[in-house]
Amino acid sequence: MAYYEEDDLARFSEVGKHRPDLFEKFMAWYQACQEDGALSRREKALIGLAVAHALQCPYCIDAYSQSCLESGSNMEQMTEAIHMASAIRGGASLIHGLQSHNSVNKVSM
Amino acid sequence: MSRALPIMQEKRQQLPRATSDFDEKLASHGVELRAGTFETLQVNVGKLCNQACKHCHVDASPARTEIMTRETVDQILAAMRRFSISTLDITGGAPELNPSFRYLVREGRRLGGRVMVRHNLTVMFEPDQDDLPEFFRAHKVEVISSLPYFLEQQTDAQRGRGVFEKSIEALRRLNAVGYGLERSGLTLNLVYNPVGAFLPPPQDSIEQDFRRELLTRYGISFNRLYTITNMPIRRFLDYLRRSGNEERYMHKLVKSFNPDTVEGLMCRTTLSVDWTGRLFDCDFNQMLDLRVAPGHPQTISELDPAKLAVRTITTGTHCFGCTAGAGSSCGGAVTASG
Repeated sequence: MAYYEEDDLARFSEVGKHRPDLFEKFMAWYQACQEDGALSRREKALIGLAVAHALQCPYCIDAYSQSCLESGSNMEQMTEAIHMASAIRGGASLIHGLQSHNSVNKVSM
Repeated sequence: MSRALPIMQEKRQQLPRATSDFDEKLASHGVELRAGTFETLQVNVGKLCNQACKHCHVDASPARTEIMTRETVDQILAAMRRFSISTLDITGGAPELNPSFRYLVREGRRLGGRVMVRHNLTVMFEPDQDDLPEFFRAHKVEVISSLPYFLEQQTDAQRGRGVFEKSIEALRRLNAVGYGLERSGLTLNLVYNPVGAFLPPPQDSIEQDFRRELLTRYGISFNRLYTITNMPIRRFLDYLRRSGNEERYMHKLVKSFNPDTVEGLMCRTTLSVDWTGRLFDCDFNQMLDLRVAPGHPQTISELDPAKLAVRTITTGTHCFGCTAGAGSSCGGAVTASG
């Protein structure tokens, strides 16, 4: 069995099969989040792309790459968003070095 | 005498495959696609072009030989005179490469009509074309030019290597004679279309980007930016099939069907004429050889707007391209939002 079939993205609604009420609630919230608000759809699509990379979700990366193009972003802007996500991920790991330092310091003379 | 007709030997292209029928989709939303008030005669004066863009629904290129004759141009002018047609929209190929192009523009303007030319910018650098900005200005032509993006990489990927640099130089020349400048009365509109198998962004939003970037990077001004969806016809459909994107793209178009676009579709107010003088509901139908509905005038010499006014528009699955999202027409998005 292969994981992450490309066609599964279009089948997302099947996830709601056993509890459609919960899925509908999720979709209403999800779609409301995408609308123009204090942030534009374009900014939201770039956030979505960055989060998709942080989560390393292939479905989300595919979906938000398309959303970014269709909301007017170009590859330079999308790549900067991906770097932001990656840099924060890297930084989040790196700052835990202080946990390690603290742990070591606690038992060291 | 009329020349050999290569178009007659051309194979009719298979329509794109879609999961849904366009007419059924209209019916399911309770909308009809019928002609409205006739406003614009869009004339395709031939398939010859100095470029061979990857998305071209005409399949135009330097190798094409189909060119409208002076005789057909005269039939168009006669129709404009007889029916007081208010807008002439000249397209191609690169329409400037038709030897009768300047005659058509001059006479069209003399009849008092608004004349629009779909000008690809780079044709200005072809032999005997360097005075085009002055010619356009002299005849108050409304210029509409494709520039898929304000960056070189995207533009050249679609329109060919070196096209971006030439396009920027051509836009500077148009600005230099007054086109696209405030209060000049000379209109320069640009056309954005996606460099790939995706839908255009909201028109107002990408227009702001173009205005800011073209001005700050290159000192270029323009009036409006039109977003146009790539139509799954000819070269773009070939690209979709080659790249394995046809099913996904057609699914996207069908899924994005917006019934609010139907009223503003250009086929309702436009008639399209091909290089031989045959009539179509739009330039896209022309390239698919989908004629005006039977029982109506079929050629420019038979044109009678009253007889065409009540016709049902001929449709196909490609029509989902004009109804997706905010809609698409030769004048850009049809509605404010998708």
